[in-house]
Amino acid sequence: MSGVKLLRAEAYRAIDKEIAKYPVNRKSSAVMAALAIAQNELGWVSEPVVEDIAEYLEMRAIAVWEVATFYGMYNLDKPGRFKLAICTNLPCALQGANRTADQLKAALGINFNETTSDGSVTLKEAECMGACGDAPVVIINDREMRGKVSVEDVDGLVEELKAR
Amino acid sequence: MITLEINGKTVEVDNGSTVMDAANKLGIHVPHFCYHKKLSIAANCRMCLVEVEKAPKPLPACATPAAQDMKVHTLSELAKTAQKGVMEFLLINHPLDCPICDQGGECQLQDLAVGYGGSGSRFKESKRIVSKKELGPLVSAAEMSRCIHCTRCVRFGQEIAGVMELGMAGRGEHSEIMAFVGSTVDSELSGNMIDVCPVGALTSKPFRYAARTWELARRKTISPHDALGSNLTAQIKGDTVIRVVPHENTEINECWLSDRDRFAYEGLNATDRLLSPMIKVDSRWEEVDWATALDHIKTKLASPTIKPERIGALATPQATTEEFYLFQKLIRALGSENIDYRLRQADCELPAKAPWLGMSIVDVESLDRILVIGSNIRKEQPLLAHRIRQATKINHALLAFINPINSDSLVPTAKDYLVAPSRMKGLLLQVVKAVCLALGRPFADTLADISVEADAKEIAQLLVSGQQKLILVGSVARHHPDRSKIEQISHLLGELVGAKVGLLSDGPNSLGAESTNVLPGPSGLNAIQMIDTPLDAYFLLHAEMGGDSCMPGTAIEAMKSAQLVVAMSAFKDEVAEYATVLLPISPFSETAGTFINMEGVAQSFGPVAPAKGLSRPGWRLLAALGKLFEFSNFEYESIEAVRSVLKDSFDGLPRRLQSQSNMSNKLPAVSAELLLIERLSDVPMYSVDSIVRRAQALQLTKDALSNYAWLDSELAQELDVVNEDMVRVEQGGQIFDLPARIDPHLACAVIRIPMTSDASKVLGGIGGSVQVSKLQSVGAVG
Repeated sequence: MSGVKLLRAEAYRAIDKEIAKYPVNRKSSAVMAALAIAQNELGWVSEPVVEDIAEYLEMRAIAVWEVATFYGMYNLDKPGRFKLAICTNLPCALQGANRTADQLKAALGINFNETTSDGSVTLKEAECMGACGDAPVVIINDREMRGKVSVEDVDGLVEELKAR
Repeated sequence: MITLEINGKTVEVDNGSTVMDAANKLGIHVPHFCYHKKLSIAANCRMCLVEVEKAPKPLPACATPAAQDMKVHTLSELAKTAQKGVMEFLLINHPLDCPICDQGGECQLQDLAVGYGGSGSRFKESKRIVSKKELGPLVSAAEMSRCIHCTRCVRFGQEIAGVMELGMAGRGEHSEIMAFVGSTVDSELSGNMIDVCPVGALTSKPFRYAARTWELARRKTISPHDALGSNLTAQIKGDTVIRVVPHENTEINECWLSDRDRFAYEGLNATDRLLSPMIKVDSRWEEVDWATALDHIKTKLASPTIKPERIGALATPQATTEEFYLFQKLIRALGSENIDYRLRQADCELPAKAPWLGMSIVDVESLDRILVIGSNIRKEQPLLAHRIRQATKINHALLAFINPINSDSLVPTAKDYLVAPSRMKGLLLQVVKAVCLALGRPFADTLADISVEADAKEIAQLLVSGQQKLILVGSVARHHPDRSKIEQISHLLGELVGAKVGLLSDGPNSLGAESTNVLPGPSGLNAIQMIDTPLDAYFLLHAEMGGDSCMPGTAIEAMKSAQLVVAMSAFKDEVAEYATVLLPISPFSETAGTFINMEGVAQSFGPVAPAKGLSRPGWRLLAALGKLFEFSNFEYESIEAVRSVLKDSFDGLPRRLQSQSNMSNKLPAVSAELLLIERLSDVPMYSVDSIVRRAQALQLTKDALSNYAWLDSELAQELDVVNEDMVRVEQGGQIFDLPARIDPHLACAVIRIPMTSDASKVLGGIGGSVQVSKLQSVGAVG
């Protein structure tokens, strides 16, 4: 993998900024941020990208892989154009997250961890995002959060994504 | 000191100890899986939960610091309930496949399940399945469902092997131990992961399904593959060594073994074991009995065409000290002083200091400055490299290498000074001058004209600072034609900066050879001379010219031209090519003997398996030969009788080695020859001796590769060579074509062709100036 850079220069600059937050010789502390930056750019974290980050942070690839596989937020497979993640933890579930999820599955014709045949939407089951006051919570592409998504809101949300 | 009470017994431990340490001190066993005395504390298996008075819940003994007046109960109702609960959880996903598991009978989980597990399971749901992993030819991970996620293997990699090759991916129920996608476990210490694994998840690939632990006899012996002298427990089924595991010795190998020590036993059971004495009659081999073979030798030697002073005797450092003693005694009695064991040394100049570490192995951990000259130390002495890594961890030791190849020492702070082999001595001289300048000492006139480069200044800075220092001279330097010069400069440098000097020797018993004088006498020829000027007769002890000599081609020719070549060997195929008499002698596993390791400690061992076929221990054969020739003082009835003669040379050897006088304080003259492209001729770690060369699993590892020419990236670019291109190498007027590989770790303009490769049979196995050109592939024409 030596030498071949898989991310744009801005991404490495962003990683450098993260590295600067930690003591010297502790580059590996920036691994979570680096993975997030890579995912933001490419949409997912492939094995070559893990190796690239490992080399950049002077870590072993398996150590980066441990982190990437530990957290559910890193996409280890290429997602559709939109990744819809719905929280199914307790507060969201009490507010009807499972019903919303079922409706999403029906509207998209897919299950969790699947992508629609046109490659537009991937559906994921997520853990608590710390916005329980707005339960049930759906997050689009890790960045755009929707609160109080009821069964009735699902069709509108799907239409909106299709229109984008 | 802290005083606490465990199960009503009082114990005193050091500050910072854990409850587990205290329990161990009392001899109280607390069940555990993830705790390992040599690894960091993870406390993730929870098996060692114990009751601590005034604590609201059970605490893990391995991670709970011992406190003054603490009262611990390891067998109370609460502790037992907790441990049983943990065991039930551990067994939820563990398959019930003990009958077909290689670990069965020696499994910590199985043993503890008998004590703490239920007789039936309350768990009715389906167990999880973990896919098998391919980790290479040594470690099997075919049944990862058995893993209980103690992470010992991961911590072993990080903390002892120095390289994290396994990790735990995923989370919770989805956790899996794995190597990164497409990687294998290539560490030279990887076999220890099998030992530390408390269950049957990581098992030995060569040993799989070969035996049950209770079928095996266990006998202690000493490893014959490097100069550390690792203590082994050989496990024997029937008459065959079927597995080797470490025998703990805190002074030497601790509880670890290098893969070479662990897996080389396969070579003992090679298909070409020599089982009967053989004589070559009209270029055909005939099996004969011992008496016929020995008489044949006597008759041959009586012939006037073989002159006593034209008899050569070559041994390898794999011989035991007893064999060495009798070997040189026999040859000297026959009237020859041509005796040597340094078959790989291009420079056999005497006098040299005996090759030893300069200190004890344990003390290496307390060093704070280490300079390694010409050694890929991880491959050469894997467990010494581990001690050095510990020194850098515990003591923040600074480490520098003067080497033609990046030494990949797995020490982040280590600094490599890459130089071509012939330039090692020049850089060392610069360092001497830089040290003199730094210390304000006058320096010799010969140094006046030498300009000191930045590298030399850095190394000098490293050496003049610090307290406990060691300069290690490795095999790349010791096999190089500059050996004596490099050693001389190193000794001088050591004296200047107050550092010990360690010479890393080949094989397990170079010191045994030195202490019994298996060296040429005053008028005798040394190893390289015996090959350069063919003699009338040769006696070979464990030596295989193709694999053990630095000039394999020339050596084989010399043997072929001799009238009598007596090969005392455990293996047939190679020596049969050029010997005239084959005498089957026992490898280390079937004979008693003594090896003297690099720190000067003599370790005696007995046979662990019966002799195969008609083979006999080497010392018995040599004594019998002495008696046959009616030489006096060859009446040895037992190994103890031989040993009693040697006792004086064993006792207090480290002290005597320490007080060896310096050969000379004069600096050698160093001419600045300029070589355009230079060959590095090293010995790959799995080619070191006849047993290792026959160990199948080791030969499948990446470290075993030897029939390539490795080029540094710049040279490869210049020649327009990519991996697997054929190149033509010319050295000393000889030509050899072989495939190339690019190795970015090599110094500039260096081509690495191992001493033990086929190329050496044509080119010779000594480093020096070479010419390299790319061969146009036949298919590309037109």
